[in-house]
Amino acid sequence: MTDSAIDIEATLDDMTQRLRALLTASGRDDVALIGIHSGGVWIAQALHERLGTTTPLGEINITFYRDDFSRIGMHPRVKPSNLPFPVEDRHIVLVDDVLYTGRTIRAALNEIFDYGRPASVTLAVLVERGGRELPIQADIIGQTITPAQGEHVKLLGPEPLVLVTKGTGQ
Amino acid sequence: MTTPQQHDPDNNSQLDAQGRLRHFLTTEGLSRDQLTQILDYAETFAGVGERPVKKVPLLRGKTIMNLFFEPSTRTRTTFELAAKRLSADVLNLNIEASATKKGETLADTLHTLEAMHCDMFVVRHAQSGAAHYIARQVAPHVSVINAGDGSHAHPTQAMLDVFTIRQHKPDFSQLTVAIVGDIAHSRVARSEIHALKALGVKTLRVVGPRTLIPAGVEQLGVEVFHDLDQGLRDVDVVMMLRLQRERMAGAYIPSEHEYFRRYGLTEARLAVAKPDAIVMHPGPINRGVEIDSQIADGRHSVILQQVSHGIAIRMAVMAMTLGRQGGENTADEDAG
Repeated sequence: MTDSAIDIEATLDDMTQRLRALLTASGRDDVALIGIHSGGVWIAQALHERLGTTTPLGEINITFYRDDFSRIGMHPRVKPSNLPFPVEDRHIVLVDDVLYTGRTIRAALNEIFDYGRPASVTLAVLVERGGRELPIQADIIGQTITPAQGEHVKLLGPEPLVLVTKGTGQ
Repeated sequence: MTTPQQHDPDNNSQLDAQGRLRHFLTTEGLSRDQLTQILDYAETFAGVGERPVKKVPLLRGKTIMNLFFEPSTRTRTTFELAAKRLSADVLNLNIEASATKKGETLADTLHTLEAMHCDMFVVRHAQSGAAHYIARQVAPHVSVINAGDGSHAHPTQAMLDVFTIRQHKPDFSQLTVAIVGDIAHSRVARSEIHALKALGVKTLRVVGPRTLIPAGVEQLGVEVFHDLDQGLRDVDVVMMLRLQRERMAGAYIPSEHEYFRRYGLTEARLAVAKPDAIVMHPGPINRGVEIDSQIADGRHSVILQQVSHGIAIRMAVMAMTLGRQGGENTADEDAG
């Protein structure tokens, strides 16, 4: 286990700037943020504050949409999804901590569409690493990291936020 | 979580080797943690019914058979809806209760249905122990949920009742709960008593005529009252039971009118309960027999909430029992 691999506060500031620029350029100033439980929610909270977004923050728990349910079963602690705004025709910014295989994002998109048809979805992630198994890319990437093969990258939080990499032989 | 041996006094093996629910046959023997987990899952699933698309893909590709040997509209419908909201395929089989006792016939029926590759049986049967019997017969990957067996158990009804109580009064350790009516023949009462005791309610009372209270019920840790006014004094929760009309034939009670006079819940009787008491009933209600319309439709009544909660509870136990395959649970590892 190593200490935070990146400077998270500085990364969040930088992400905010680039996200704001992207949204303005595409005419999507009025957005709603959705964080993926649990690390994505912490990042979404930070972006929500920095952007000064008025629409309350949405939280999504993709447990019921995972594609590995029949292999690993129910998550021991399931927090309900909460989208406190109508998704229909909204510009959504979907936020996660680590983009890896892309399967979490696939599940989150499916769940969001069960709430309505968004006008658009922009994906922002704190870090991305190689290893995609689905054709999914982020629009805003805080940092790209290259952990050793077999290492897990995980965001711990919420206070303080620390990005850790764990070897498989832990 | 504790080992199944400690929490499975009937050796009914509703838990697997890791202590997870394999079947859901009874609330008896389940720990506070296990019951709380069911309630927590139900809480999550309750939100699905309020979304534009009332469906999650969790049990896609699974086949669930509702085996109803005894008629029931509400229970079968809510099980069906729960399965559909989880994206499972559901078949409803209303098998008329025949005179033949369980045994060859039931086993044969079962194996025929198993050959159709189903993953779960939801069983309602007039005979106590039927769901346990079926659970012992099924293939290892098949789960069984007891939707009411004789006068033995109705665990999903008990859990939806407990869930409803928790929505209104979350601290069980402060509660006084009265179950009123035909305790002796009620599988609902039995399952409620086990669940409420395990969850640690402060005081649990049963209220009814001597003929309808089983001897020795005190050993389950309940207080017995034969007088409704005394039984309802300062209670937080009143759980009314349906008076099954066939009991009249058995001369357990003199008449419906007499029963209502002594045990029917009216505004006047409820006045001795706490001002914010909630009134529950598993349905279908006999207006004017065990409960007055003013109460059933009044501000204390949470009867219709119970129905909605039934769907969430049934989704929870279906997902928990079928979502147990695959050994160690590693789901907290981010898939990225």
